[in-house]
Amino acid sequence: MSGALLSRLAGRLPLILGGAITACIIGTALVSQVWTPEAPTRMRFALKLKGPLAQGLLGTDHFGRDLTSMLMVGAWNSLSIAVLAVLLGAMAGTLLGVTAAARAGIIDGAIMRLCDILFAFPAVLSAIMLGALMGPGALTAVVAIGVFMIPVFARVTRSAAAQVWARDYVLAARAAGKGAARITLEHVLPNIAGQIIVQVTIQLGLAILTEAGLSFLGLGIAPPAPSWGRMLADAQTYLTAAPHLALVPGIAIALSVLGFNLLGDGLRDLIDPRRRLAA
Amino acid sequence: MMLEVRDLAIDIARPDAEPLRLVNDVSFRLAAGRTLGIVGESGSGKSMLLKALIGLLPGTIRATGSILFDGTDLLALGEAEMCRVRGRRIGMIFQEPMTALNPAQRIGDQIAEGIRWHRRVSAAEARAEALQWLERVRIPDARRRIDTYPHEMSGGQRQRVGIAIALAMRPDLLIADEPTTALDVTVQAEILDIFDELVSDLGVGLILVSHDLGVIGRIADETLVLYAGTRMEEGPTEAVLRHPRHPYTRGLLAAMPRRGGGVGAGGDLPTIPGTVPSLAALPPGCRFANRCGCVTEACRAAEPAWRTAADGRGLRCILGPEAAA
Amino acid sequence: MFRLVLRRGAGLVLTLLVMSLAIFLVMEVLPGDPAAIQLGTSGRADTLAALRQSMGLDQPAVVRYLAWISGMLRGDFGTSFTYGVPVAGLIAERLAVTLPLALMAIVLSTAIALPLGVIAAARNGTAVDHGATLFTQICVAVPNFWIGLVLILLFSSQLGWFPAGGFPGWEAGLGAGLKALLLPAVALALPQSAILARVTRAAVLDVLNEDFVATARAKGLNRSAALWRHVVPNALVPVVTIMGLQFSFLIAGAVLVENVFVLPGLGRLAFQALAQRDLLVIRDVVLLFAGLVVVVNFLVDMAYLALDPRLRGRA
Repeated sequence: MSGALLSRLAGRLPLILGGAITACIIGTALVSQVWTPEAPTRMRFALKLKGPLAQGLLGTDHFGRDLTSMLMVGAWNSLSIAVLAVLLGAMAGTLLGVTAAARAGIIDGAIMRLCDILFAFPAVLSAIMLGALMGPGALTAVVAIGVFMIPVFARVTRSAAAQVWARDYVLAARAAGKGAARITLEHVLPNIAGQIIVQVTIQLGLAILTEAGLSFLGLGIAPPAPSWGRMLADAQTYLTAAPHLALVPGIAIALSVLGFNLLGDGLRDLIDPRRRLAA
Repeated sequence: MMLEVRDLAIDIARPDAEPLRLVNDVSFRLAAGRTLGIVGESGSGKSMLLKALIGLLPGTIRATGSILFDGTDLLALGEAEMCRVRGRRIGMIFQEPMTALNPAQRIGDQIAEGIRWHRRVSAAEARAEALQWLERVRIPDARRRIDTYPHEMSGGQRQRVGIAIALAMRPDLLIADEPTTALDVTVQAEILDIFDELVSDLGVGLILVSHDLGVIGRIADETLVLYAGTRMEEGPTEAVLRHPRHPYTRGLLAAMPRRGGGVGAGGDLPTIPGTVPSLAALPPGCRFANRCGCVTEACRAAEPAWRTAADGRGLRCILGPEAAA
Repeated sequence: MFRLVLRRGAGLVLTLLVMSLAIFLVMEVLPGDPAAIQLGTSGRADTLAALRQSMGLDQPAVVRYLAWISGMLRGDFGTSFTYGVPVAGLIAERLAVTLPLALMAIVLSTAIALPLGVIAAARNGTAVDHGATLFTQICVAVPNFWIGLVLILLFSSQLGWFPAGGFPGWEAGLGAGLKALLLPAVALALPQSAILARVTRAAVLDVLNEDFVATARAKGLNRSAALWRHVVPNALVPVVTIMGLQFSFLIAGAVLVENVFVLPGLGRLAFQALAQRDLLVIRDVVLLFAGLVVVVNFLVDMAYLALDPRLRGRA
């Protein structure tokens, strides 16, 4: 293999590695919906706290549930909450961001101030507040994570959209009498779509991380549906007796987040606006 | 001889190809207290040459040949030894006064830092010296300005601070990279006055790089003309400017805007036609052949050698010194 | 400069007011009667009415909002239903754990991130740089509460060097208190330090190519003196920005990590209040946490003025 090809491959390493990891995680989540080695909620007290390979691939928890199956269904639950939350944050945030970019002045200022305020509510905090009022559950987690992501997307979208607004062809479109809404739809959104997709990928990693935290606190999807965060919370009691219960879900979380982060970095390199301008 | 540069060549490493030669076959000498002007368009390699002199070439760029400074070859020195030469023996002034000063440090501290780095003096003594230097470079109200930050000063004042930083370490050789290019014409004159005065007062040797023959003519004793990485002509400034021997030097002189007249009679500023050839694809013959008005077949065959005429002036042109006259 | 501080200060007060209003409205608009939530399903109608009256729920919303805010300003946070003590005292007691924990985490994270980011940038493209990148990629992806579990597994279960959790109280001495907070602080700090190190590396790389660095080198300063005296001070503005933004993640992380290590801090108080459906405490703690984030960001804004003299002139 030539040196040039090798170095080009090394440059694409984040994209390849991130893509492979995320594909594995998403694949596992999908498979879990049709097949798992055991029913993930089936308790077998006779088989409780077995180590990896002693019973099933990864052993069993304190109720004798199959860890592999729980992990697989947990991937589905984590991913679906993360995806819904990021969709919520991306849609609301993008709407706010393009509006702020299109309407400079008071509206822009008000939207950005609102974002500052929203950003002061970490998902865990909103989840505690919402959980107290509506009870914990998947919806609480989605809303709490999604709300925290609104300002993130609003800021990224606003700065990207502002750059498009400064372009000559947008000036031309304005001179031709096109309205702000039409310019946003025809010129701004298609041009910033790449950056939004990169942000969605990176925020998916953060959403998985946050979802794990919320379900660790009992604020995520309701039991007995398995979730990685609650598996860790349960594992804490048996930390010395069965450390694999704490290690396995943690590694699953870290690997998924790493996968999405690498994929996001790789995609960013791929559609780097600076490189696109140079071309 | 304080400085003697012999057969200097500078190469940049490339990932997928042979190293690219940026500067080739450059030699010159400079006696203490004298001023050498180096002229050339952008891309002539003049900035690289200065960076090689002070040992601040980027990691992928290497200089070969020798740079004898008071008998020591600077290219053979290690980084630690070079740190004792930099600043203390050879000072440098940069082109862009707007960016060459640390925006987060008071100007007095920036001058005092060099003093204290090379000599054991107290902070108070260094500050007092810094103040003196600010006065010598004619910063008005220096006592108050010593505690200001660069962004509070004009470009001309910042360039004076740059000169003060370099001179405060009392170097034997000062190298200046286009020190007046970024400044207004009136400010340029003031800065050149300061250069003139301090260089002769302190007996510092000066190498001044510029694309502006007006600046060179005003300040330099000797002039070296660079083109596309190599020397084309060298000699006493007055002789080179009044009786240029190389067609390139003549082109540079013709392209100079006349003082007061601004643009020439026809309304166009005369320029040398064509562009500097890419260093990656140099022609086999003379580097200037594609833009030269006196080009012959022989020019394209092989690069002319550097020859020193009987009067001591150097030239790289097959036509020789007599042709121009 | 004074006017600038004054204007930002006014903005801060406005933000805090809007924030308190938002929290109040969420508590109002969302389904659920605080008194009913507190009593649970077992509540009888007359008990509920009495509780509603004692909580002031029979009064109009505007009156209750003003009473809440003016109470907060006077330091009267109301009385906790569960604990039967003033919420203010409860919070103060818990802050004595959470604030030192957050502070330790920030110090640790900066102590790891700053040298790592600076050195990675100075040795850009070398094995050191790649190693630092690998470290940060992994640390960013790992949940802080899981780091907490692994640290407990390693340093208390296996090695027995640290307690597995709990807090002896500051009465037990500074050393014992700090020792109890060390592992939680490490768990909080590692992911933050990874983010900070990446930002530091990028900022230092930006500044390294500036002309004034060449000026410093031309003075004779060696690489490390130029790096630490001239590059790093000018790279700090983006680094401090991120530190300010990270405070929000640190607060969220504290809720999780305090629960892993059973620390009697503000985060655990919020968590327990949730379990006991003590809405008053939740409301106050949420406002306090969110307010803390805003105040820290205000302080970061002020820190810019100290770091970048160019900003001082602009009002």
